[in-house]
Amino acid sequence: MTHHVLDMPITDAQARVLKVGDTVTLEKTLFGIRDATLIAMFDRGRTTRFDLKGHAVVHTAPNVRKVDPRPGNSSGYEPLCIGTTTSMRMERFTRPLMEREGVKLIIGKGGMGQATLDAFRDLGGAYLAVVGGAAALETTWIEAIEEVDMDDLHPESLWKFRIKGFGPLLVTMDSHGNSLHAQVNAEAAARRAAVLASIGGD
Amino acid sequence: MQLDLKEVEELAKTLYIRALKLLPNDIKQGFERLLLEETDATGRTILGTMVENIAVAERTKNLLCQDTGIPIYNVNIGRHVEFDGAAMKDAIRRGCARATKEHPLRSSVVHPITRVNEQTSCGIGVPVINVDFDTREETVEIEMIPKGSGSENGSFLQMLIPADGVAAVKRFVIDKVIECGGRVCPPTIVGVGIGGTSDLCMHLAKVAATRPLGTTCADAEGAKIEAQLSEAVNALGIGPQGLGGRATAFRVHVEVAATHITMNPVAVNIQCHSARRASAIITPGGIAFE
Repeated sequence: MTHHVLDMPITDAQARVLKVGDTVTLEKTLFGIRDATLIAMFDRGRTTRFDLKGHAVVHTAPNVRKVDPRPGNSSGYEPLCIGTTTSMRMERFTRPLMEREGVKLIIGKGGMGQATLDAFRDLGGAYLAVVGGAAALETTWIEAIEEVDMDDLHPESLWKFRIKGFGPLLVTMDSHGNSLHAQVNAEAAARRAAVLASIGGD
Repeated sequence: MQLDLKEVEELAKTLYIRALKLLPNDIKQGFERLLLEETDATGRTILGTMVENIAVAERTKNLLCQDTGIPIYNVNIGRHVEFDGAAMKDAIRRGCARATKEHPLRSSVVHPITRVNEQTSCGIGVPVINVDFDTREETVEIEMIPKGSGSENGSFLQMLIPADGVAAVKRFVIDKVIECGGRVCPPTIVGVGIGGTSDLCMHLAKVAATRPLGTTCADAEGAKIEAQLSEAVNALGIGPQGLGGRATAFRVHVEVAATHITMNPVAVNIQCHSARRASAIITPGGIAFE
């Protein structure tokens, strides 16, 4: 149970040292991505001008306000409320995101499945759980929206955030085959029969 | 009383924003209760973060959650109210779009096939506007619910048959809660519809999921199942965010309707922990927020 402060981007070794139960705080840069972005990139062959190598992505689509672009904030947006969406819908995109773009960390809520766990093992990565629905708090960890790409998909654009003290986040899936989500799900399944018997549902 | 449609439009806008920022007191109290009962260390930390988030949202006047949801308006019209129904629905739609443009809010609503987002939180059939009638004199109540998608994706219907009995209804609910795990942002309110037609059953589940904590099913048999299931889901160990613990749900809520002799339908609709809703009552004396 170690706490890691990671200046993004990170190396393969830094990703592989993370273990389920550790906590992580991210600094500097974070990218926002979700359903439509990933569908555009991997089902429709779109590419991004951003270099995602060694970076973390958070499953999100933010509430933003349009502002005049200025140095350090060329996106023309300022953050209003940025939170995290359910990750599982994006399960089949983890491997291509890591293979093609070099992403190392995925931040989301609700966890991901076996395909993601396999990709983490093969390519060196981890899943960091943020508390879903706690977006007002999460927004205080984001300093600015530096840039945006694929904004025709707004709000499901590819967002580049400048962050400060983004966390603590809990490592719930690692590159060593461990998943806290899978463990809890297995425990719930094991309790099913007794729970059903207690309410006449068997 | 003549219903003032400018007032309705303003209220539709205000209630959307208010619902996104201020969690109802019954939900806040629900968190306090869950914190007292939670023994899992990770679960306690997560519940603590959720409570902190409610305070941060109030302090910074920010949205509780980034998901602005699918907007739902429940309108209850009392006696001796004069209104143009079609114009009233248009006024609500305008208010919803104005909240989105003027705050601004993320429009989370797209065409289901083209996936085009009009950036207004509106589209075909959205906002959902449910109109009903009650016996209150010169009173119109408007409730706004921004229904988050993480938990709305936890929606299920099964047309069971009479031979399956109530046992299968209970089994269906438990199995769906297990299947959803952390994806629906626990602790949740598990809404269960029992009976009716397929569409009514699904609607009952939504009514149940968005009912205030502390209320019980008006039907005695429904209330019994509600109590049983509420205990049962919190014995599964799924816990806050599905990362282990007792607090899988604030409560299971059940709503029932009569059904056909050949039918035994059950529906589940889940409400995440950001159980947002806001309502106001219009009377000749003015507008009062809940």
